[in-house]
Order: sequence, then C-alpha cells, then structure tokens
Amino acid sequence: MVQEVSHPFSSYLRSAMIPHIWCSGCGNGIVLNCFIHALEELQRDLDKLVVVSGIGCIGRTAGYANADSFHTTHGRAIAFATGVKLANPELEVVVISGDGDLFAIGGNHFIHAARRNIGVKVICANNFNYGMTGGQQGPTTPLEASTTTTPYGNIEHPFNLVHLAAAAGATYVARWTTLHVRRLTQSIKRMLQKEGFCFVEVISPCPEIFGRRNKMRTGLEMMEWFRRASSVENFSDPSKAEITSKRILVGEFVNVEKVSYERLLHEKIGQINEKKIVW
Amino acid sequence: MTKKRALLAGAHFMNGDVACAEGAIAAGCRFFAGYPITPATEIAEHLSERMPEFGGIYIQMEDEIGSMAAVIGASYAGLKAMTATSGPGFSLMQENIGLAAMTETPCVIVDIMRGGPSTGQPTLPGQQDVMQAKWGSHGDYGIIALSPSSVQEMFNLTIEAFNLSETYRVPTLLMGDEIVGHMWEKVVIPPASEIETVNRKKPHVPPDKYAPFMPDDDLVPPMACFGEGYRFHATGLTHDEHGYPKTQSSEVQSKLVRRLCEKINKNEDRIVKVEEIMLEDADIAVISYGIVARSALSAVRKARETGIKAGLLRLITLWPFPEKRVKKLARKTKAIVVPEMNCGQMVREVERAAKETPVAFLSKLGEDPHRPKEILEVMRRSA
Ligand SMILES: Cc1ncc(C[n+]2csc(CCOP(=O)(O)OP(=O)(O)O)c2C)c(N)n1
Ligand code: SF4
Ligand SMILES: [Mg+2]
Repeated sequence: MVQEVSHPFSSYLRSAMIPHIWCSGCGNGIVLNCFIHALEELQRDLDKLVVVSGIGCIGRTAGYANADSFHTTHGRAIAFATGVKLANPELEVVVISGDGDLFAIGGNHFIHAARRNIGVKVICANNFNYGMTGGQQGPTTPLEASTTTTPYGNIEHPFNLVHLAAAAGATYVARWTTLHVRRLTQSIKRMLQKEGFCFVEVISPCPEIFGRRNKMRTGLEMMEWFRRASSVENFSDPSKAEITSKRILVGEFVNVEKVSYERLLHEKIGQINEKKIVW
Repeated sequence: MTKKRALLAGAHFMNGDVACAEGAIAAGCRFFAGYPITPATEIAEHLSERMPEFGGIYIQMEDEIGSMAAVIGASYAGLKAMTATSGPGFSLMQENIGLAAMTETPCVIVDIMRGGPSTGQPTLPGQQDVMQAKWGSHGDYGIIALSPSSVQEMFNLTIEAFNLSETYRVPTLLMGDEIVGHMWEKVVIPPASEIETVNRKKPHVPPDKYAPFMPDDDLVPPMACFGEGYRFHATGLTHDEHGYPKTQSSEVQSKLVRRLCEKINKNEDRIVKVEEIMLEDADIAVISYGIVARSALSAVRKARETGIKAGLLRLITLWPFPEKRVKKLARKTKAIVVPEMNCGQMVREVERAAKETPVAFLSKLGEDPHRPKEILEVMRRSA
C-alpha cells in the first residue's frame, strides 16, 4: 500500500504558499527551519502566534508560517507588532525581517521598541545587503565590500547589531550564523520564553547576490567563511563584536530580566481602576 | 476592570480635540497610537488620561509612521484603533494609510488641518489636506473622509468615522481644522442606548473554509482577527482572496483594486452625508465644509435678507465626493460659490460635477476663515 508521506513539520508551513521564492543556497530557509524547530520543541500553540515581516527576501517569511501573519510596509514590522502586542498581550508576536528593513528604514522603530521593552521577539536575517532589490549596500554591509551601489567598495561603517540592540535595552541579545543551527534553535527557544524585547541576529548567506560580488559564489562558500571566521563566546562585550572578514563573534550577549512595557501598562491600568491614585 | 465610566453622558463644555477623543471612546475605540503635533495634541493628551480608566491602550510612538503601523496592528488584533495628527504627520502616515486600504483595516485617522505646506502654520487653520486625504497614498483605493464644522460634530463624526471604517473595512479620515479642534463649545453626549456603534462583521465559516479577502455581496470581506484560530495571512502586496501574493497577475490586481474602489463608490448613497439649507428654491448655492461652512451659512442668511435666493450645501462627507447631490443641485441653480481655505481643492470636484453651471471659487490662506461678507460679495457678483 502506498502511503502519503508528508514532512513532519508541514503543519508549521502554509502549504499553499510553497514553493518559496528564495534562491538555492540562501540562508533564509535555515532561519525559518530553526524558528519552526523552536516552536515544535516548545510545543507552541500556533493559534496564538503572530509572525510579522517587513519587505525583503526574508520578509516573505511571514507568508510561509502557518500562523496568523502580516507582511507590512518596508521597515514597519516592529511598529505594527507593537500594536498587536499591546492590543492582545496573550499573543506571541515574532518579527522576522532583514538587515535593511529593521536597521535602515526601520531603525528608529527597533531602538524605540527595545527602549520600551515591548514584548516583541525579533529575528534578523543579516545578509549584509538588500537582497530583494538586487544587492545594494545596506546598514550592515562591511567596509570595502562590493555591492551594486558600492562598485568601488563600501566606505560606510556598518552597524554592529548586537551592540546596538544591547545599548538600546533589549533583554536578550544573541548572534549566530546559519551554520550554528542547533544553537540558533536553542537561542530562539530561549528568546520565546523571555519577557520583553528580544533580539537574535542570524548571519545568513546571500550567495546569489552578495556572495557573487564578494568572491563567494555559492551558499557553501559563504558557509565556509562563517566556519572559518566565527567563534563562540557567550556573554562577551557586544561593543567588541564587530564583524570583519576574519572574525564573526557569535553567542549570547545579553540575557537579563526586565519588566516589559505591556506588563507595566496593564499593571498601571489595574492600579488606576482599583483606587484613585493620589500623587 | 471597568470602574471608571467610558461614556460621559451629559452636557459638557469642551474643545473639539477633546470632543473627538470622547467620540472615539463612545465609538468603542480602545487603542490610540500617536505622536504630538499642534493642533491635534490635545486628542492624545486627553486619551492618555482617559484610555487607562477603562482598560484602553494609549501609546506615544516614535513618529507618525510608527503610529499608523501600530494602529493597523491593533486593529488586526481586534481593537478599534485610532491615531490623530496634523499636516506633517499626515504626510508621514500616507504609506501606511495605503497599507490599511490594501489590507482593508478598519481604523480612524484624525487630521486637524493647519496651514501648509511643510511645517507651515502650526497654530492656524487650513483646508489644504483634503485632496491629500483622497490621493495621499500611491495607487488607487477607496477612502472615506468626513468634515466636522462644530465641536459637537467632532464628537458625532468621530463615532460615524468608526462605524464607517468598521462597516467597509476602510481607513476613515476625520478632516478637522485648527478652529474646530481648539474651539470650545457645548457638547451633548447622549446615553449609551442612544449611540449607535458598529462592529466589523466576523467570518461566517470555520477556519479551514475562511478566505480573509473573499468579499460578501456588499464587496466587504468578513474579518477574522489574530489569535482567533483562523491563521490567515495579510500583505500589502497584490493578493488573492486567500491573502496570498499574486504580484504578476493582471486579473488579480484588477479585481482587487477595483473592489477596493467600488466598495466605497458603489455605496456612495449609504455613506454620503450632506446638510442642505434653504436649497429648495435657491438660485445660487454655496458649497462649503468644515469651519468655513459656518461663515457660509451666515452669508446665505444675509443674502436671503437682501432678496437673493441663496442656499447652502454643507459637505459632511468629503470622500466619496457627494457627486450625485452636487449634480442635482447644479441642474437647478444658476451659480455655485465655493469658499475654501486652500488654493482650490474640493472646488475641482464641484466643477467636474456642476458641468455647465458656473462655479466661483473664493480662496483664503493663512488667517481666519472667510468672513460672511466676503462670501456674500461673491454671491452678489455671481447672482
Ligand atoms: C518604502 C520602500 N522603499 C524601498 C522599497 C524597496 N525595497 C524592497 S526590499 C528592500 C530591501 C530589503 O533588504 P533587507 O531588509 O536586508 O532584506 P533582504 O532582501 O536582504 O532579505 C528595499 C529597499 C520598498 N519596498 N519600500
Ligand atoms: S537574493 Fe539573496 S537573500 Fe534573496 S533569496 Fe536570493 S540568496 Fe536569498
Ligand atoms: Mg538583507
């Protein structure tokens, strides 16, 4: 008898949206895969999950997750997610988006969400460029890298995202590459169990565009770079974790307890209604 | 957790911004996100105090782009949601107003108009954003915009704006101005039993049959919210009834965008509200809206005293434009006068609908609205 075989995680994917649009060798699938593994290991109720993305290649992730999902305008995923989380704090709200989306056009929303400590969980696929629009320079493009808009080499200093997130007030900050699938999955799990604003950066290959222009034409070559350059070090100083061609420091950088915005807000609402507060 | 009263039924003396905030509360708004800007700030300030009294959410975002995004998020999470701003912030909101139109998000945007362009005149009234209300975001889409002329209407029309946005799943704009926003007048807030509120229609099929953008006969799709088990997807990309991106299909694009326009235009008769004063036998009609309409009314009364058969058509709904009413009026009047606090915006729509009937435009910029005698003067010349 022929039995229909389906992938054990197919229930986590919106099958009508598959096949995905990503190139072969792209790291975005690994990011989605690790996210799904984390959900599975935590046995999370998909009915209470909202996945939000901005615009970009990785921004298509929201559409692939079999949960409530929203694909916002470019850069606005975190601001949208803020509205969702405040309106219904029982929902798990996860933003999965790109380096350009979250840190160029959406940078202001990122730092303010981290400062407020709103309980939104952010995963950034950092591929060092704007994949979707054909590989332009972005806020994480390394110095001297070639992109379609830095044909003579990039002269802008890139953001060190883990330092930025830590300084802005995130309660959990980690960086992994798509090579570190197990640790990345554990890290996502940890973040999903925390209160407040959490951030996981995933260094992700874009061989089709970034790699091609920077002497790493395949996903494998990019992964080899990650293996050569990365070293795991937990709770090291995020300000010293700049990414260079020779060094990609990965690990957890921040893991602290801090009351979330939504908890403070609802406590306040409770107090106001219990008694008239006299200042 | 609702010890404080959400609805302050009774007679009050308040300014227009506060009346708008109270109207939102009465309509069932439980989420406000905004960013301070004159002359709309009092709406935010008032809601920051009132919302927590009955479990509503107030948040000051980092800018108006974020405010508009948060409002869409809150609406999809099931709350009636609003933001309030003025010209510069209204400009920043436009991209996400387009997202709200595309994702059919019920929400209310209040624009208390001041003089523009750019930072312009923060403390003076204007009517310069009324075309932006219709065309501000790129692409074609239907929108509803209302124009209050009094503090009472700041209350009433805010409720109306929520009801329309929930009925048609469309961002609805309340286009006030600095004077109606800051002026103090008497406002009567009726008891809850006399306030009609509308809630978005919910899906009438189970989750596995639900297509989030499949319209009913009224062209409006029922709306599930996050966390209700429907597990749906919404996107600003051109999408089919399931919410899935179909960016290469002219058929899907055409069907979707035409429906977004038609669900408003085809319901013009149900949506449009105007006030008709002394128009039955009028030879000359003033078409006016907002604070200017109060001057216009006084001009019409004065004209009648001097024997000119004048009347007033006050546009309460700006968008969809009350085209049928204006056409009908143009057929039976000899001339139309349109005073506006801009360089000529709604007058273009009036001219388009009026066809052969001459239309005189009276512009005012940078100060108080037109004086009645200025409008009267133009009426005399047109009569
Ligand atoms: C307001 C606006 N500006 C520009 C664009 C064009 N655009 C689409 S995706 C993108 C960059 C995405 O880069 P990133 O977030 O790094 O995602 P990636 O494609 O690399 O995964 C840009 C600039 C847009 N959609 N909207
Ligand atoms: S362009 Fe780059 S980021 Fe986009 S799908 Fe292809 S490999 Fe991935
Ligand atoms: Mg990128």
